[in-house]
Amino acid sequence: MDLQIALLLGQDGITNGAIYALLSLALVLVFAVTRVIFIPQGEFVAFGALTLASFQAGKTPGTLWLLIGAGIAVALVDITMALRGGASRRIPGIVGWNLAYPAAAAAIVFLLKPNEFPLLAQIVLALALVVPLGPMMYRLAYQPLAEASVLVLLIVSVAVHLALVGLGLLFFGAEGSRTPSFSDASFNLGLVTVSGQTLWVVGASLLLIVVLFIFFERTIYGKALRATAMNRTGARLMGISTVMAGKLSFLLAALIGAFSGILIAPITTIYYDTGFLIGLKGFVGAIVGGLASYPVAAAGAILVGLLEAFSSFWASAFKEVIVFTLIIPVLVWRSLTTRHVEEDE
Amino acid sequence: MKLKKTIVFMAAACAAFAAHADITVGVTLSATGPAASLGIPEKNTIALLPTSMGGQKVNYIVLDDASDTTTAVKNVRKLISENRVDVIIGSTITPNSLAMIDVVAEAETPTISMAASARIVDPANPKTRWVFKTPQNDQQMAIAIAAHMANAGVKTVAFIGFNDAYGEGWYQEFIKYADTYKLKVVASERYSRADTSVTGQVLKVIAAKPDAVLIAGSGTPAALPQVTLKERGYAGRYYQTHGIANNDFLRVGGKNVEGTFLPAGPMLVAAQLPDSNPIKKSSLAYIAKYEAAHGKGSISTFGGHAWDAGLLLQNAVPTALKKAQPGTREFRAALRDALEATKDLVGVHGVFNMSPNDHLGFDQRARVMVRIEKGAWKLDK
Repeated sequence: MDLQIALLLGQDGITNGAIYALLSLALVLVFAVTRVIFIPQGEFVAFGALTLASFQAGKTPGTLWLLIGAGIAVALVDITMALRGGASRRIPGIVGWNLAYPAAAAAIVFLLKPNEFPLLAQIVLALALVVPLGPMMYRLAYQPLAEASVLVLLIVSVAVHLALVGLGLLFFGAEGSRTPSFSDASFNLGLVTVSGQTLWVVGASLLLIVVLFIFFERTIYGKALRATAMNRTGARLMGISTVMAGKLSFLLAALIGAFSGILIAPITTIYYDTGFLIGLKGFVGAIVGGLASYPVAAAGAILVGLLEAFSSFWASAFKEVIVFTLIIPVLVWRSLTTRHVEEDE
Repeated sequence: MKLKKTIVFMAAACAAFAAHADITVGVTLSATGPAASLGIPEKNTIALLPTSMGGQKVNYIVLDDASDTTTAVKNVRKLISENRVDVIIGSTITPNSLAMIDVVAEAETPTISMAASARIVDPANPKTRWVFKTPQNDQQMAIAIAAHMANAGVKTVAFIGFNDAYGEGWYQEFIKYADTYKLKVVASERYSRADTSVTGQVLKVIAAKPDAVLIAGSGTPAALPQVTLKERGYAGRYYQTHGIANNDFLRVGGKNVEGTFLPAGPMLVAAQLPDSNPIKKSSLAYIAKYEAAHGKGSISTFGGHAWDAGLLLQNAVPTALKKAQPGTREFRAALRDALEATKDLVGVHGVFNMSPNDHLGFDQRARVMVRIEKGAWKLDK
């Protein structure tokens, strides 16, 4: 092992670590606001990447049908609730978001030819299809159980994950896809060459983290999310809707997931079930941060990426073992240093 | 009067049923889970198999085992006890097929596996009397690669394989024949099909400076190490296994997999085979039938293994029907004997000549070396 190999591995580890960091932030966010351990996070990675790949292959992505189907389901539930609660003035809004929006997306996909769009427009369209699935999923699967225990929410997460993986196989088939890279540029820095895509991944991740920071620190919605995370009841007393907070956190998680998928699709092949493992590694990062601290979670995720890169060089057969074993000393350390608070049942 | 009529009718119906019991074929394959890219074309192919054999109607009961060993065994038990199948086709992958052997041997139900490992039909094991298989053994393919490397003057080889039964099985077979052909294995690395990066493994391989790299993976996941090797500037020869032989691999690999060598069933390059090769006609007929149903370019060699299983049955069923009626123990035994007696049956992957010691029955005609050229499969010499 010489310096050049170490640098190459480090570069590889940081690139993957950046993606894990994004996912770990999303996991911490969702857990803090809704107490949901968001296992389906990884599915958004796969859906984002594969939807983009479908556009480029000139196919209609199955996520469009999922969006339409989920939209109809949410609209039915919400309209029934609105009529029962005598809040019929909410109906136009419900119809607009859950029926008109997917219909508009379908019109764009079918009437225009997305495979001829420039890459940026394709990315925006892919995000437009995948990201709304986050809040819709929250409405259908989690909102009715919002006050349930963490364990029940975890079981729901597993169910949603399995359902989405099955749908992914149906939509995209068993084989993977790659998308063309954002830039073919590469930069020679003495010993190592850095590819343009690597810079894109790291740069976009950093940018997204900064934007999230500003969102939480400076905007009213960000502050509302933080308030909900700190004290649900208190936030409600202050007039913050926990339903809104839940939907918003799922929207952000879906956005981060789908965007991560689009970022790494040019570097690696994405399959319908790739997301789970990527999400799990993000989860290891989030655990390092105790599912509470954003900077520690991000640092943990980078550590996972680096550990993965170096262990794949030294002992490739044991790579996953090494990465997931990391969680044990972290858990031991955390349980020794923090006082455990029993959750109210 | 009416009651009497009903009884007569029912008796007649029962008699007719007993005399013309349908043949029931139970199928368990991996249409979901990690082996879905193999299982889906197989499932599509089962739907194309004939609905009558030797004048008897054939019913197919297709179950999905989700690439999971336990589910495969559960499916087999269900097929045997509830559906009373005469023969089983499956499963797609080696671990599932190995787990099924005990169950089918106990129930004395002939089984045709679509998985690769030679252990499934190991002659030393009395239980495997009931088990047959249609895909080429890894061994045949490993010899083909080792011989091809030696002919090309390769001295040192690096190996990158899946960290599962597929990669491990290939490594064991390959090192066995590497010695015979005076090849030195200088690196042996593993990766998982879901990995997003194999930079570490690739750097280690390049550091070992091999003349050739053998990548043992299946489907599109096998493209990742090769793409990474190309990006890092490795300029030696690339070998892949027959696990990659579908068009999705070419789509994902793009120009990075140009010039790759692989051993494959002749079906992959059926149109390029000489007319004198009997497999050509058989393969082209299957490809035409499959693509008519699923669109041009949808063909995959894995579906061919299911088709071959169907051909074996069509060949064996008429003989077995002469001895016993479907649905009976005698029929299953007769079917087993007829399968074992298969001679000179031209499949899409080779020519079957079964014997009590060989429940695959392929010879050298069952594999060719193929090169990837301009995004297409080319028969190599």
